[in-house]
Amino acid sequence: MDLVFLSRLQFAFTTAFHILFPTFTIGLAFFLVVVEVLWLRSRDEMYYRMYRFWVKIFALHFAVGVVSGITLEFEFGTNFSHFSQYVANVMAPLLAFEGMTAFFLEAGFLGIMLFGWNRVSPSIHFLSTCLVALGATLSSFWIMAANAWMQTPSGFEMVDGELMVRSFREVIFNPAFPTHLSHMILASYETSAFAIAGIAAWFLIRKEHTAFFGRSLKIALIMAAVIAPAQVMIGDMKGLSTAKHQPAKLAAMEGHWETNTEGGAAFKLFAIPDMEAERNRLEISVPNGLSYLITHSRDGRVQGLKDFPKEDRPNALITYWSFRVMVGIGFLFIGVMVWALVLAVRKQLYTSTPFLKTLVAVQPLGFLAVVMGWITTEVGRQPWVAYGLMRTAEGVSPIHPGNVLWSFSVFILFFGIIGTSYFYYILKILRSGPDLSSPIPPVQIPSGMRPVEDVLKEV
Amino acid sequence: MMMDLVQLWMALVGLVVILYVILDGFGLGIGLLFPTAGTEEERDTLMNAIAPIWDANQTWIVFGGGALFAAFPKIYTVLFSALYIPLLTFLFGLIFRGVAFEFRANTQNKKAWNRAFFIGSLVAVLGQGFTLGGYITGVRVVDGAFAGGPFDWLNPFTLIVGLALVVGYILLGATFLIIKTEGTVQERAFRQAFWAALITAGFMLLVSAWTPYHAPELAARWFTEPRVYFVWNFPLLGIIAFGMLLWSLNKKKELMPFLSSILLFLSAYLGLEAAIYPLAVPPDLTVYEAAAQRETQVFTLWGVVVVLPVVLGYTVYSYRVFRGKVAEAEGYH
Repeated sequence: MDLVFLSRLQFAFTTAFHILFPTFTIGLAFFLVVVEVLWLRSRDEMYYRMYRFWVKIFALHFAVGVVSGITLEFEFGTNFSHFSQYVANVMAPLLAFEGMTAFFLEAGFLGIMLFGWNRVSPSIHFLSTCLVALGATLSSFWIMAANAWMQTPSGFEMVDGELMVRSFREVIFNPAFPTHLSHMILASYETSAFAIAGIAAWFLIRKEHTAFFGRSLKIALIMAAVIAPAQVMIGDMKGLSTAKHQPAKLAAMEGHWETNTEGGAAFKLFAIPDMEAERNRLEISVPNGLSYLITHSRDGRVQGLKDFPKEDRPNALITYWSFRVMVGIGFLFIGVMVWALVLAVRKQLYTSTPFLKTLVAVQPLGFLAVVMGWITTEVGRQPWVAYGLMRTAEGVSPIHPGNVLWSFSVFILFFGIIGTSYFYYILKILRSGPDLSSPIPPVQIPSGMRPVEDVLKEV
Repeated sequence: MMMDLVQLWMALVGLVVILYVILDGFGLGIGLLFPTAGTEEERDTLMNAIAPIWDANQTWIVFGGGALFAAFPKIYTVLFSALYIPLLTFLFGLIFRGVAFEFRANTQNKKAWNRAFFIGSLVAVLGQGFTLGGYITGVRVVDGAFAGGPFDWLNPFTLIVGLALVVGYILLGATFLIIKTEGTVQERAFRQAFWAALITAGFMLLVSAWTPYHAPELAARWFTEPRVYFVWNFPLLGIIAFGMLLWSLNKKKELMPFLSSILLFLSAYLGLEAAIYPLAVPPDLTVYEAAAQRETQVFTLWGVVVVLPVVLGYTVYSYRVFRGKVAEAEGYH
């Protein structure tokens, strides 16, 4: 039993499980803010009902996010205590700030958001929704700062072999941070938009609650239309930043072995990187493609993986393919949005069954892309836990591997049960559909409200 | 006598820990009392008493962990490796307790999640108790890192601390229910609080008497200057709190039992702190050795000074929004 391998596996498993939840929480919270604005401004009861429907999914999702998130904070100490000790002066405050500024905000106002309908005014309720959304986003700010620092450590100095802070501004705003954060937030919005669109499309195909889900779909598609192309632009910037600060990772992502000396570096459209043989098996490449992408010139120099000693190379097979899958999904989403645009012009958006079926089919792909993106960035950072400073193998806790085998098996079992139950209850909420009739708390009813029956009559 | 930065941080971390113990303590206590509710409606009442606030209460442990990591990284890294099994047991319990709120609300057949809520709470509390017991027992540290075995924490003393915490949290949970409920649920909570108060006091005596045998150096610290002049106030506080608790339960007061229970917890906590300080992790690691770089402590302190009052402000506000007795069917589903 290898302690390092088990610790990494457990951390990877718990993080991959966890990340699915905040991803959707961040986006769905934003969606709820939009829906509540529409409710308060239009006084159209349908929007109130929409909020109440989507917030059920939000609450379920949030709960699993909370419990799986605490896990990670424990694991820094339980499983990677040497790493935590080594970087504490620099990185630990970021986690403390996350607790202070983000978690409290989310948890403090979630109660009012879910249970406060009878007890607070509409504006306080709206404020609570906004603060929950803000908390979710702030949380990603601190977590992305910490993770980006592990990619591009800065703002510190070494004193007698110990990491000491020089500037917290440099620590937080390290080189990888801006693209890291924006890429993740856009990923959350994009994934959420497609998740909401997929659910709405499912109802539209079955011709159930068409007015209700037509509106949900519209908001989700507007979100997706703005974000999908923006994400490609940020992704491009992220690639450039990686090339500059973590060239070994970029080389692994692209299956690029030899630094090009004469002429451009080829872009490998398809490759099976072989770490042992230090080359790609079965390669289909586009001449000069990689140079264009990374240096925006025909023959720009791109460092190959062979430039780095064998023990400093990340696994190219995993990194290359996880990256490919993520990018593929990103472009697939753009394709779907182009199709949506054509249908919108022809006014067939809510009626085209092939399109709606596609939305249902691509719905889980955003989540897959997020996990693949994380695998790319974390496996691509190896063998370092803090890039260039500490190797992952040096970072683990001084504990018996049996500890980790035990906890890992329990995590698999428990997250299995919780994940399955989560899906079961989400499907249950969806099957029972929106509630259009239970009474609205009197304090929430605005004067001149447009009742839901009026909207339904028009359809 | 000026407090230095390290001492200030120690006090802050101590404050956050006790806030967590009290706030999540009554939530976990209600989880422990869950099987005693007679009907599904009563269980709904118990759950609704904490549903809007449990998440914020639990956040204190998340912040506590982060603050400990930032201000005293060595405590965090040493303790978390040394107490791997009890801490992750605590976590596994929290996981099931936490999802039970939402999953239970979404199903008609609540049996499975009722059980998960109770067992999750029980496992979490035992895990916390074992963590505390293992901490008092002491951790083997070499060169600033944990150097012991996976079961160093396991001994009869630790098991007793675990049980003591179970009863103590039942006391907090029951006295909180007295505030939030009425009718049969409240009557039962009065009885539960009474018995829990007696057993908690018994456990406190047992643990206090046992600690000097189990960890003689901790008890010896009570007799050093300047402590010897004031530590006796803590058991005195405990006795007063216990008296107030029994009196107020007898008089059927609603708020007083809860406040007295908190005082009882405080007396035990302060007494323990007085025995441990200036150690960070018994038996050797001191708070000064465990402290982070000064700049790190200062930076994080600024955050605490600016942000924590705001957090406390809206926490109080949220409690005010949900004040009063639990209304029937106030769930959002």
